[in-house]
Amino acid sequence: MIGLSHYLIVAAILFTIGVFGIFVNRKNIIVILMSIELILLAVNINLVAFSAYLHDVVGQIFAMFVLTVAAAEAAVGLAILVTFFRNRGDIAVDDASMMKG
Amino acid sequence: MALQAIAFYLLAFTTLAAGLLVVSARNPVHSVLFLITAFFSAAGLFVLLGAEFLAMLLIVVYVGAVAVLFLFVVMMLDVDFEELRKGFAQYLPIGGLVAGVLTLEMIFVAATVATNGAAGKNADPLASPVGVSNTEAIGRVLYTDYVFFFQMAGLVLLVAMIGAIVLTLRHKPGVKRQNISKQVARSPKTGMELVQIKPGEGISE
Repeated sequence: MIGLSHYLIVAAILFTIGVFGIFVNRKNIIVILMSIELILLAVNINLVAFSAYLHDVVGQIFAMFVLTVAAAEAAVGLAILVTFFRNRGDIAVDDASMMKG
Repeated sequence: MALQAIAFYLLAFTTLAAGLLVVSARNPVHSVLFLITAFFSAAGLFVLLGAEFLAMLLIVVYVGAVAVLFLFVVMMLDVDFEELRKGFAQYLPIGGLVAGVLTLEMIFVAATVATNGAAGKNADPLASPVGVSNTEAIGRVLYTDYVFFFQMAGLVLLVAMIGAIVLTLRHKPGVKRQNISKQVARSPKTGMELVQIKPGEGISE
């Protein structure tokens, strides 16, 4: 019998895979952006699972908004990446210190 | 019921394996393809939960737009990806440690919430009220109670679109474009020049 905890555990593992991806691919910003997509997908699985098991459709509405923000974030992130590549000829984020932040 | 369990474990395993391969693949193009696999199987999980509309939305938005955008950028940029992988083995132990601790904590919290939380009483998933399709249930709530948020989501996408265009637009020098006001302002006086040429001589610029 598949219960709520099964979905929550899948989402938890997927979330940590995303965090792990950010840790190990610290230079490759493309994989970092993909890891963020994985994290947002895990959040969406959580929202939809709770929505289904609480018998409340609002969780799915919120998952849709998360989807919207994820799409916008990917578009702007990749646009920044393309501009950065044009200026530097490289996408290694650990030497991105032009702004001396 | 057993079939549903098999489907769940298959889809969950595919999602997690594809997710792990996204972060560990050597070639970023493979990473994007595994990302697409992960999205597809997550959409399958949504279908198992009864949220068909969101499953289709996931495929259309993530696979159709976001993953293709990633693929486009990975293939367009000429980057030495081997160079970018250098710290991988160095960060593997600490990353694995943090991920392991985080997984255990989240699994404990998830198990507790699933058994003792408000959703623990409901044994079966029900993504939409009985007798109403999932799409209709979402539409009834989204276009009434959440219509303002819906509009705001549209605004977020508009701003993201304008931002992406502004960031990547570049005016190349030396490209000839049509300038309508310049064309309309042209008169015979500025457009023509009468040159008297004597016989036997050419004209030199």
